[in-house]
Amino acid sequence: MAWTREEMAARAARELKDGYYVNLGIGIPTLVANYIPKGMTVTLQSENGMLGIGPFPYEGDEDPDLINAGKQTITAIPTSSFFSSADSFAMIRGGHIDMAVLGAMEVSEQGDIANWTIPGKMVKGMGGAMDLVAGVKRVIAVMEHANKAGKSKVLKGCTLPLTGSRCIDMVITDLCVFDIDRKLGKMRLIELAPGVTLDDVKAKTEAEYVVALA
Amino acid sequence: MTGKVYQDATSALEGVVFDGMTVMHGGFGLSGNPENLVTALKENGVKNLTVISNNCGADGVGLWVLLDNGQIRKMISSYVGENKLFESLYLSGKLELELNPQGTLAERIRAGGAGIPAFYTKTGVGTVVAEGKPTEIFDGETYVRETWLKADLALVKAWKGDHEGNLVYRKTARNFNPNMATAAKVTIAEVEELVPNGTLDPDQIHTPGIFVNRILQGRDYAKRIEFRTVRPRADKEPTSQQENA
Repeated sequence: MAWTREEMAARAARELKDGYYVNLGIGIPTLVANYIPKGMTVTLQSENGMLGIGPFPYEGDEDPDLINAGKQTITAIPTSSFFSSADSFAMIRGGHIDMAVLGAMEVSEQGDIANWTIPGKMVKGMGGAMDLVAGVKRVIAVMEHANKAGKSKVLKGCTLPLTGSRCIDMVITDLCVFDIDRKLGKMRLIELAPGVTLDDVKAKTEAEYVVALA
Repeated sequence: MTGKVYQDATSALEGVVFDGMTVMHGGFGLSGNPENLVTALKENGVKNLTVISNNCGADGVGLWVLLDNGQIRKMISSYVGENKLFESLYLSGKLELELNPQGTLAERIRAGGAGIPAFYTKTGVGTVVAEGKPTEIFDGETYVRETWLKADLALVKAWKGDHEGNLVYRKTARNFNPNMATAAKVTIAEVEELVPNGTLDPDQIHTPGIFVNRILQGRDYAKRIEFRTVRPRADKEPTSQQENA
């Protein structure tokens, strides 16, 4: 049984530590907020200029002046702060954010990530992703292991334009968890989703990796 | 004496708008957008604009109306999704686009306002963003050089402002506005509440009046929400982004 989106988010939440400042990307990464362990203080940053993100507002309390980087309505908490875009990226680029969880279209065994464009097909832009992978202390990519056609998204080298090179520390897919030593450019398989075998991972992974299950 | 206050957005644009100019536009998504000034710019009809803005509106609203009216030649942005018109104009070659990483965009604007022609950043190293740009190694790591961004005109939106042009923003509607206010030859601010001098606490000013040349009381704010996300009132357990204290 592979992990669901929710289970992947829950697995990523196990990487959180008390006192962390964290930036969560759009999609599965946003769900990580629902799995912050009770009793642990984790402060969420939003790159449009907010630290300390609260839950979605109650119906009728939505405020157009209070949105996250995904442009969703959110709320503040008693310790929240607001600031400019330049200050926001001083936090991110300056190494003040402890962890980021991002979606990905491809990752490589060296820790490269591609998640912002498909040339000729999709024009959206990188938003804050390139700054996040460059400046945040620990970066975790969460994604489906293979595309709908069954082709691996965990590659020897990315084929799409990069968001960053040698910047990912961990990859969580629906099948397993890899950690990456980005200095050495080496990937290790450290955990399997329940019911997933080493052969299942091997069949769907193009990248080279060492098996190092705990 | 300052004479910074204008009756409305149309009069505030008089004498500072010309074809081919570069315009900074504050806001993130549709939050903190200078709605009155964009409408006035559309009515003005000025053409061949280079617009510096994190996004380019959304289908039917914001900067989208200038795109639809054929007034924009080039966009400098970080994210242009959720905008079908943008995509079709770009893919058919009718619109130029320079995509910047969001933090690089913000810092280029900050640098423009602070008189710093260039700076080095790790963002974008090893990607297409760094192609053709000088790099240098600091403390063993490679950084790419990025240059300042300046504009002929900055259009910003604040919550409150006084007659001197001192501005206070509200929540995440601040975003790029205070940075852009510093980086143009002429900055025009529209505010939800134009207040008498002496009303704003000097300790709480986000943009000091020196950066603002013209100010006006905005009206009829639509403040559209792009993605309305809520939790039901009965729900005791938060089901979304949260902080556990």
